[in-house]
Amino acid sequence: MSTEVQHAEPGIFHKYFFSTDHKMIAMQYLFTGMAMALLGGFFAYAFRMQLGFPNQHVPGYGIVTPAKYNALVTMHGSVMIFWVAMPVLIAAFGNFLIPLMVGCDDMAFPRINRLSYQIFLLSALVLLSSFLVKGGPFGGAWTAYPPLSAVGAYNLTPIGATLWLLAVALEFVAFLLGGINFTVTTMNSRAPGMKMYDIPLVVWMIVLASIIFMCSAGPLIAGAVMLLFDQTMSTGFFDPTRGGDPLLWQHLFWFFGHPEVYVVLLPAMGIVAEVVAVFARKKIFGYKTVLYTTWAVGFLSFVVWAHHQFVAGIDPRMANIFSITTLLISVPITEMIFLYIATLYGGSIHLDTPMLWALGFIAEFMIGGVTGIFLGSSGTDIYLHDTYFVIAHFHYTFVPIAIIAVYAGITFWYPKMFGRMLNETLGKIHFWGTVIPFNVIFIPLFITGTAGDQRRVYSYAQFAEQSRPALQHLRTTSTIALLVMLAFQFVFLFNFFWSLRNGPSAGPNPWRSATLEWTVPSPPPHGNFAELPTVYRGPYEYGLPGLADDFLPQSVPDQAVGD
Amino acid sequence: MSASAKPIANTRSGTGIPTVRLITWWVIASEIVIFGGLLATYVMHRLGHPEWTEAASHTNTWAGAFNTFVLLTSSLCAVLAHQAADAHDGPKAAKMLRLTVLGGLIFLTVKGFEWTADIHEGFVLSSGGFWSFYYTLAGLHGLHVLAGMIIMLIVAADATKNQELQRVECIGLYWHFVDIVWIFLFPLLYIAR
Repeated sequence: MSTEVQHAEPGIFHKYFFSTDHKMIAMQYLFTGMAMALLGGFFAYAFRMQLGFPNQHVPGYGIVTPAKYNALVTMHGSVMIFWVAMPVLIAAFGNFLIPLMVGCDDMAFPRINRLSYQIFLLSALVLLSSFLVKGGPFGGAWTAYPPLSAVGAYNLTPIGATLWLLAVALEFVAFLLGGINFTVTTMNSRAPGMKMYDIPLVVWMIVLASIIFMCSAGPLIAGAVMLLFDQTMSTGFFDPTRGGDPLLWQHLFWFFGHPEVYVVLLPAMGIVAEVVAVFARKKIFGYKTVLYTTWAVGFLSFVVWAHHQFVAGIDPRMANIFSITTLLISVPITEMIFLYIATLYGGSIHLDTPMLWALGFIAEFMIGGVTGIFLGSSGTDIYLHDTYFVIAHFHYTFVPIAIIAVYAGITFWYPKMFGRMLNETLGKIHFWGTVIPFNVIFIPLFITGTAGDQRRVYSYAQFAEQSRPALQHLRTTSTIALLVMLAFQFVFLFNFFWSLRNGPSAGPNPWRSATLEWTVPSPPPHGNFAELPTVYRGPYEYGLPGLADDFLPQSVPDQAVGD
Repeated sequence: MSASAKPIANTRSGTGIPTVRLITWWVIASEIVIFGGLLATYVMHRLGHPEWTEAASHTNTWAGAFNTFVLLTSSLCAVLAHQAADAHDGPKAAKMLRLTVLGGLIFLTVKGFEWTADIHEGFVLSSGGFWSFYYTLAGLHGLHVLAGMIIMLIVAADATKNQELQRVECIGLYWHFVDIVWIFLFPLLYIAR
C-alpha cells in the first residue's frame, strides 16, 4: 500500500462501510440490527392483526393469506433471533465494549472484524432478497423441520427456503469470525494488571456466549449443508423413505438452538450486571459465583436440547434424562438472579432509565424461567407442546433478553457511544409503555395456550377443533397490546435520534462508573485511550466510604487513592 | 490498510500464547465441531444401515490409501517449513510451503479421477445414503484442502520476502488439522466394510 493512502482522510464511504475501527463496526451492527428489528416488528404486527381480527384487511399490509401468514411467522422468528438479538447483543455490544473495557485500542484482528460485519450484511441482504423471488420468502417456520423445509412441493417456497438456508449459514460464518475475535482479544489483549477476575462481567458473558455459539453452531452448519443438498440436489439425508431421518435435523437444529438461547441470554445478563452495580452503587454480590454459574449454564446448555423433541418420537427414557437436565439448568440461572437481587440489597438504588430496564429484565425473565419448568418436564410438555403457552414462555425469555436488556444497554452506554444524554422523561415513558403492554400481550397467550390454541394456525375459525370462539377476545386483547407496545417504540426512536443532536453533553463518566470505558472521552476517539491504562482492581468498587466520590475506577493506582 | 498498521491489541499476549497462534487454535476448534457433527451423524447412520456396506465396497481403497500417503507427506513439508521459519529462513520456508501445496494438488487430482470413475459407474450424490455422506464429507474436506492451499500460497509469497514468518506455523497447524480429518475419513469411508 502506498503511503498517500495511509495519510489521506478516509472518504465517507470508506469511513462508514470499510472501517476497521471496532466502534464503527459496533455501530454498523447496531443500526443494521435496529433496522431489522423494525422489520421483525412489522411482521409481528401483520400476523397478530390476522389473529386478532381474522381475514380483515390489515392497514399497511393487506389480506394475510395462509401462505403469507406462514412466511410472516417464519420471518419474524428468524429475523428477531438471527438478525436482531445476535447482532445487537453479541456483535454491537461485544464490538463496542470489549476493547474499551479490557483497555486496548481495537480488536486483535480488526480486518477479520470488518469481514465479519460484511458477511453479516450479505446474509441480511440474501434474506431480504427472498422477498423478491417467486413464491416469496420461506414459510416453513424458523426451525425449518424437514420434510416441510426440504421439499418445495410441501412448503411452496422452494427458492425462499434455499435463500433462507444460505442466509442463516452466512450469518453463522459472520458470528464465528466475530466470536473468535472477541475471544482472542479478551484472552490476549487485556490491559496490564487486568487479571481473570478483574474482567467486567459483560465482557466475560459475551466471550462465553461466543464460545458456546462456536461449539454449538458447527453441527448445524453441517446440517445446513445436508438440508441444502436435500433441497437442491435430491439427496435424502432427512428423507426416511431413502434411508434418512427427519429427526436428525431436529437434533442438529436444537443442539444449536437451545445453547443459542443462552448465547443471547448471557450478554443480556452481563449488561444487567453492569447496570445493577452502577445504579445500586454496590459491588456485584458474588462476582466469582456469577462466573461459576455462567460456566455451569454453558456446560448444561449442551445437554438439554432434546426437550424440544418430547413429542417427536424419541425414546421415553431419553425424555426422562432430558427433563432432568432441563430442570437442572434453572438452578444456576436462578442463582444468578438471586445474586443480582442480593446486589440490590442495601444498595443506594437510583431509578434512572437504564436501571428500570435492568430491574424489568430481572422481573420479566423470571416469569419466562418459571414457565419453562412446565415445558422442560416431559409430562406437561406433551400437553403444552406447540401451543401458545410455548409462544408466551419463550417470548417471556426472548423479549427480556433481546428488547428489555438491549434497552438497558443502549440507554446505559448511549452517552459513551454518542457523547450525549438521552431524555430521562421520554426514557421512562418508553419503559412503562413497553413493559406494561408486553405483559398484556403474552399473559392472555398463556391462557389461550393452556386452553389448547395451537401455534402456526393462520385462522382458528377455519378449524372446527381449534375454533374456541370464547377465546377470541383474548387473542384480540393480545393484538391490541402489541399495537400499543409498537407505538411506544417510536418514543424511543424519537429520543434516540433527537438526543444525538439535542441531548445535554454527557462528559466522560455521567453514571460515575468504575470500568475502563468511562475513563475516555465520549465518544471515544480513534485508538480509544490517549495513554493505554493499567488496571489495579476489580470492576465493581462502588459505595466506598471516605472517598471524594464513592467509587474507584479500575485504572487509578492505589497510592493515588490514599490521603 | 497496511500490515504495519497493526493495533496494539494485536501485539499483546495476556495468555503467553502469540495472538496469531491463539486465533488459529480457535478456528480449528470451530472446525472440529463442524466436522465432528457431520462425522457423528454419518457414523450413527452407518451403524443403523448395515446395507450401506454394499455401497461402501465400491469405493477405491487404493486411491484413498495413496491420498493418505500424499497428505501425510505434505504435512511433513509443512513441519519443515515451520522449522525453516523458526530459523528465520523465509525463502526455504516458502519453498517447503509450496511443496506442501503440491501435495494438496496431487491429493485433489487423485480425488478428481476417483470421483470421475465413481460417477461413470453411476454413483452420484443422490444415489443413496452412503454416497450422499461420501460426497458431502469428502467434498467438505476437499474444500478445506483447497482453502489451505490458497492461504499457503499467500503465506509463502510473504515468507519469500522474510515477512510475517509467524504465519508459517499457523498455516501448518491448519494443514495438520485438515490432515487429521482425512485420517478419520479414510477408514470410515473406504476401509469400513
